[in-house]
Amino acid sequence: MTPDVAEFAPLAAEIFVLAMACFILVLDAYLPDTRRLIAFRLTQVTLLGAAVLTWMQYDTMIGTTDRMVLLGGTYVADTLSMVLKLAVYAVSAGVFLYSRDYLRDRGILKGEYFVLGLFGVLGMMVMISAHNMLSVYLGLELLSLSMYTMVAFQRQNGVASEAAMKYFVLGAIASGMLLYGISMIYGASGSLDLAAIGRYVAEHGAEDRILAFGVVFIVAGLAFKLGNAPFHMWVPDIYNGAPTSVTLFIGAAPKIAAFAMVMRVLVEGLGGLHADWTPMLIILAVGSLAVGNVIAIAQTNIKRMLAYSTISHMGFVVLGILAANKVGYSGAMFYAITYALTSAGGFGLLVLLSRAGFEAEKLDDLKGLNDRNPWLAFLMLLLMFSMAGVPPTVGFYAKLSVLQAVVSADMVWLAAVAVFFSIIGAFYYIRVVKVMYFDKPEDEAPIFAGFDAKAVLSVNGLAVLALGVYPSGLMAWCAKALG
Amino acid sequence: MVGLSHYLILGAVMFCLSVAGIFLNRKNVIILLMSIELMLLAVNTNFVAFSHYLGDTAGQIFVFFILTVAAAEAAIGLAILVVVFRNRSTINVEDLDAMKG
Repeated sequence: MTPDVAEFAPLAAEIFVLAMACFILVLDAYLPDTRRLIAFRLTQVTLLGAAVLTWMQYDTMIGTTDRMVLLGGTYVADTLSMVLKLAVYAVSAGVFLYSRDYLRDRGILKGEYFVLGLFGVLGMMVMISAHNMLSVYLGLELLSLSMYTMVAFQRQNGVASEAAMKYFVLGAIASGMLLYGISMIYGASGSLDLAAIGRYVAEHGAEDRILAFGVVFIVAGLAFKLGNAPFHMWVPDIYNGAPTSVTLFIGAAPKIAAFAMVMRVLVEGLGGLHADWTPMLIILAVGSLAVGNVIAIAQTNIKRMLAYSTISHMGFVVLGILAANKVGYSGAMFYAITYALTSAGGFGLLVLLSRAGFEAEKLDDLKGLNDRNPWLAFLMLLLMFSMAGVPPTVGFYAKLSVLQAVVSADMVWLAAVAVFFSIIGAFYYIRVVKVMYFDKPEDEAPIFAGFDAKAVLSVNGLAVLALGVYPSGLMAWCAKALG
Repeated sequence: MVGLSHYLILGAVMFCLSVAGIFLNRKNVIILLMSIELMLLAVNTNFVAFSHYLGDTAGQIFVFFILTVAAAEAAIGLAILVVVFRNRSTINVEDLDAMKG
């Protein structure tokens, strides 16, 4: 069997990103240090091109089919993959832009950051479009290996290299767990194809205990990757130890890809077993909400605080998925996309506040930000309110749509628990606002930030507000993707 | 007669040994890397056994990919180990405790 060339045409976006990543890798080796920005600009062009190609792929499908399964069933293109990929490109482009000045100030503006970032984006694209356990695994590893390397890439930074070691070991355990689960599912169902697994599960899911055994390992592996308690131990150390520009990358787009992976594996593949995985996800969600919100209060390092906040937000995403209905899935998707946007803005602001020889990572570094730069303080206020879930920001609407789904699945107590922990969590977000507006600045140094980075950060912050006021557009796409 | 269940038990034992190796080991990071390799090999044993039992080659193809990824993973793991050793002059697990909270 020879593969048909026409079958590769819909994969243009993936092929383009791969080719450009390889090209930038080679080109960067020949660039003098003064011309490093070429790699940055080419990276942004790549993301833009990929967005156009992804949209064109979707455009050819409109009216004819709502999903294309290609390459022997390993790749799928549907509305879900289109929306998530566009979100990944947009968030990653913002992340690269925020990082540029930070990297330059530290003398680490190397092509590696952008090349590894692009390979990570490619891994996310493969995960989002996976329709086979093999492509899920390969996409996940491509993303993970890029991220391990990015954490360690400031080589003389001892804390970062320790964080990379921890991330590597725990990430490898997670992959091992996931693989062990996949091997059990393969043994039981006789296939790696998610559609075939889905059919087998629908017929024999109830009586086959090997499947349930495999699901336990798969859920554990996915929880590791999402950063859900009790598998969250890596998140605070990696967020804290990594250079802020890398924390920014890890904290944003990969959350969207992790959501996609959970949707593909648990819902498309093992959806018939939701009676088995719903209780496990309840434990993960409640654990994440409790651990994330309570421990974050004790943090003085803002990167570490936002890491615990990530854990609690991932608890909300899981909450939407465990409702196991369409409202829940689209709510979780909305939550994942808007959280990635909010997180990119939050860490992006920390990156802009840092300068050569100074890392903005203590809560005290934000003291009196309103006196130093009222506009940046206002943007941070919007982002913190969104994370806390204060209307009219998007965080409120995202939490509301997830909770609606949980209530409609007859788990009112779970919604009450989520609201309870969100209220506890609101304390530490509002503390950031208090520090910015009511404390005297200790550090009077002016804030230098590139005009373009500031402009995009403004768009990012205002988008958090605009999506909160007019959520229906994105929500309609999320509902359509999972319709 | 050696059957499917023997291979699965072997895989499970290897998997448990690797998890124990990771969580009980307090000395050396290299032992962690060895345990991770063992974990992937346990999974490979499972895949090959199931693949033979089911008469389906997909499992064996998956094993090729796992081996390839494991090689890349080992390369990155050892590279990070070298960076850690340069910065800390130690690869003792207990000394990797710069971050708390």
